[in-house]
Amino acid sequence: MKNIFSKLMMAFASFGLIASAAQAEPLKVGFVYLTNPGDHGWTYAHELGRQQLQDHFGDQIITSYVENVPEGPDATRVIRELVAEGNDVIFTTSFGYMEQTLKVSKEYPDVYFDHITGYKRGPNMATGNIRFYEGRYVQGVVAGLTTETNQIGYLAAFPIPEVIQGINAFARGLRSVNKDATIKVIWVNSWYDPVKEADAAKVLIAEGADILAQHTDSPAMLQTAEKAGAKGFGQSSDMHKFAPNAQLFASVNNWGPYYISQVQKVIDGNWSTGEGPDHWAGNTWKGIGDDFLVLTDFKNMPADVAAKAAAARDGIGNGSLNIFEGPMMDNAGNVILKDGEVLDDGGLWSMNYYVEGVEGNIPN
Amino acid sequence: MIILQPRKHVSLRLTIAVPVLSVLVTLALGGVIFALLGYNPVQALYEFFIAPLARPDQIGNLFVKACPLIIIGTGLIFCYRANVWNIGAEGQLILGAMGAGWVALSFPEAESRFLILAMAVMAMVGGALWGLIPAILKIRFKTNEILVSLMLTYIAALLVDWVVRGPWRDPMAFGFPLTRTYPDAGLISRMPLPGIGYLGQLHWGVLVAFVVALAGWFYLSRMLGGFQIKLMGDAPRAGKFAGFHQGWVTIMVMMISGALAGLAGMIEVSANIGMLQPHISFGYGFTAIIVAFLARLNPMAAIAAGLVVALAELGGDAAQISMNIPKVVTGIFKGILLFMLLAGETLTRYQIIWIGRSQASTTTAKTKG
Amino acid sequence: MFDDLLLTVLLTSIPLILAATGELVAEKSGVLNLGVEGMMLMGAVSAFGFASLTGNPYVGILGGGLAGMMVAMVFAVFVLGLATNQVATGLALTIFGTGLSGLIGAPLVGQAIDGLSALYLPILSDLPLVGVLFRLDALAYLAMIIVAVVSYVLNKTKAGLILRAVGVNHDSAHALGYRVLQVRFLAVCFGGFMAGLGGAYLPLVLTPHWAEGMTSGRGWIALALVVFASWRPGRVIIGAILFGGVTILQLVAQARGWGVPSQFLSMMPYFATIIVLVLISSRGRIQFGAPAHLGKNFMATR
Repeated sequence: MKNIFSKLMMAFASFGLIASAAQAEPLKVGFVYLTNPGDHGWTYAHELGRQQLQDHFGDQIITSYVENVPEGPDATRVIRELVAEGNDVIFTTSFGYMEQTLKVSKEYPDVYFDHITGYKRGPNMATGNIRFYEGRYVQGVVAGLTTETNQIGYLAAFPIPEVIQGINAFARGLRSVNKDATIKVIWVNSWYDPVKEADAAKVLIAEGADILAQHTDSPAMLQTAEKAGAKGFGQSSDMHKFAPNAQLFASVNNWGPYYISQVQKVIDGNWSTGEGPDHWAGNTWKGIGDDFLVLTDFKNMPADVAAKAAAARDGIGNGSLNIFEGPMMDNAGNVILKDGEVLDDGGLWSMNYYVEGVEGNIPN
Repeated sequence: MIILQPRKHVSLRLTIAVPVLSVLVTLALGGVIFALLGYNPVQALYEFFIAPLARPDQIGNLFVKACPLIIIGTGLIFCYRANVWNIGAEGQLILGAMGAGWVALSFPEAESRFLILAMAVMAMVGGALWGLIPAILKIRFKTNEILVSLMLTYIAALLVDWVVRGPWRDPMAFGFPLTRTYPDAGLISRMPLPGIGYLGQLHWGVLVAFVVALAGWFYLSRMLGGFQIKLMGDAPRAGKFAGFHQGWVTIMVMMISGALAGLAGMIEVSANIGMLQPHISFGYGFTAIIVAFLARLNPMAAIAAGLVVALAELGGDAAQISMNIPKVVTGIFKGILLFMLLAGETLTRYQIIWIGRSQASTTTAKTKG
Repeated sequence: MFDDLLLTVLLTSIPLILAATGELVAEKSGVLNLGVEGMMLMGAVSAFGFASLTGNPYVGILGGGLAGMMVAMVFAVFVLGLATNQVATGLALTIFGTGLSGLIGAPLVGQAIDGLSALYLPILSDLPLVGVLFRLDALAYLAMIIVAVVSYVLNKTKAGLILRAVGVNHDSAHALGYRVLQVRFLAVCFGGFMAGLGGAYLPLVLTPHWAEGMTSGRGWIALALVVFASWRPGRVIIGAILFGGVTILQLVAQARGWGVPSQFLSMMPYFATIIVLVLISSRGRIQFGAPAHLGKNFMATR
């Protein structure tokens, strides 16, 4: 009898008639992953965050995830299924889930949704993001000090603001220490395509680059660099084990603190769509200063370079160093920021230019 | 030695039993694979094929998932009956979605329901044109339509990627690869069922799928054009004697299947996404090939076949959420199912006979092409 | 620098050479196997798995080839034993192989292996320009040797004659007393082994990773290459290098800032395939090399 009743409840809940979760039971937290959590890149970083979250709350919560969810209509169904499974908080961990998350969040006003790196939100849908570009500046500093050919290769996935910010921050760092170095960008049109990433890395090295940076997810670029005797930076996760001699350092996305704070708010009953004004970046957009972005140990470089890198990192962390502070010109010579001007978050999200030091033009 | 001997006549019972048996054997083999992987096979099969139907709203979602498969599958049946091997429905779907998107984005203020009709027409035109390319190349240059239609699929995927990141990008999307949302008149709404109300995400497009399948069945089995397609596929020489033109049949079936794939793309976007984005289809064009075969090239049966295959797709998600079974298992099921169907096809038409070696030497050869 | 680019092009073309040569042999015997993509993926995942388990990439080569051959045998049983439609059975093999490789490979994602290292041949590798031909790895050298052997066997030996006879007209071949199905079975198995090797090349040399669907269409390009080569092994190499060149060229174009949208550059290999198919097919050359009974099933009946 009880069984039938609970099934009925579930059926009703799925119709959106009743959607309140029974209290005292552990809070259920679901994650939607773009790829396999073993990718050692973007999704792996989220998986580590999920594990931190689970460890932090122990028996208080139950976490689960769905992997390899394409960024299309299927995502809507998967998110709904996670709601039907009784999840109270759902993190959707890729930009491409934005519309789907928004749609489902409207259907289930009592479930908390957290979308990673988008710009649309609702009363029960927040946005989380990391200031990834901060790490790129430090990468640029290290690249500028260690390059011998003054050619930097940069593998980028797609021309979206997040990636452009990264390229420009890298160039700012690069040019702060080396006025002659330039960046060549190759768009691989994929977040995760090890073969193409490796091919692109080989081409960049053949074209003269001796330092490589990437805004794609697999360690393929670093492994190629390792083989060819070039150097590079890890992305999203520590890729040291794939390229012990080539990785200078990695910018690691540390999602744990964000997940913990969001779930804590749900438990405390004071969840909201975040602090501060509703700007582009999302409700929560933190970086090195809050340990949302962590740089691994500086390796395979001289001590003085490591010291300068550490200084840049700490400067960004304590706010004394502003990456996008004038004077700043785009790579066609137009003045973007006058001396003393600072780019705000709105400016960051509407970047449609390369700054000085980047070769070529942004696609489209 | 094994000999295949044609049956004198193929019984109706066998015709129906083969697909059913194929599904059952596939399930059994799937169970074996699950067991080998260390999962409880009974539980895994339950999660895969029963659990996704446990709630009424999920049944609605099953129809939603089957909708593009039924529409594309019906189109592919036209091709395969004519012995034209279109395997690029995925690309035709994308071009259809782009055609519809172009209309919707050109009239952002439109309120008339004609908008959706115009979108459907443009979707079919887009898909048909994309299907026309391999057809014309095949007729004019004798190029292989399998390879051309497939290459065009890769090109279509990159083309839609380019328009949503470039010319059609929503200026308010901060550089993110999305177009503007279609106007409401360009969206397909959910369909209430009499006495039940809304069932999951069940939308009006599903009704279109049923109509398409029925119309396809009627055309192929009751009209001269359908007879022509079948004749050119089974016996092209006889077809030529009857005065039919091979080239026209190729063009016709490629355009029909392209148009239907395009229509499916438009429905998929208008019902589920409401805008263009880099990824709009996830292999529907390829999965529909299995639907066509499971339906034994009968459009009416494509409805049931589409539902069965859609169930395997939904099951992939369900089994992953509940048992952490990797989603690719769905692909294995689909592959095995197609193998079994093809074997079943042979068993329907031929008797398998074992003969001794001495007899074997007296056999004669025959070509089946 | 140009040397490095040339080497990259060569490396990109090796998997195509391997898979296309295998498919060529199968097609010469009259069997069209559209499952190349699936066999390559099985080869890739098995090569990666074996290399990872044993720590020896050479075991990976063998594992990749055998895995390709095993799934090719499944195909052979259906197509030869049950006379199923070759096109559809090939598609089934691709769908099945893609799924199975993903399943086997799920625990392997994110792992790394030591790939094959390059074996520089003394003196030869120092030559200008052509030197890059001698800076390859064992599997690449093997590919070159196999192409030469296949070319020789097909054209100069009795075995090759029988194989071609079966492909041209299986009824006459049968009447002459050749075992049509047996010949085709061996040819399909060889094709599978070679496709497996082609797949194995990706994780063993190009990038030491396993990723679902990492062949990303190379199997289909290999199929197109067989047509391009009008069923002649030597021409497979030329075609493969051409396609490898186009693939790499689009990356070079970006690095040098040629200013074409990257999507259009990414389309180039696929466009090139279509254009080449049109050129080759329209000149009627296809008739020279194409086995007359390609794709037609042979059945012994009473």
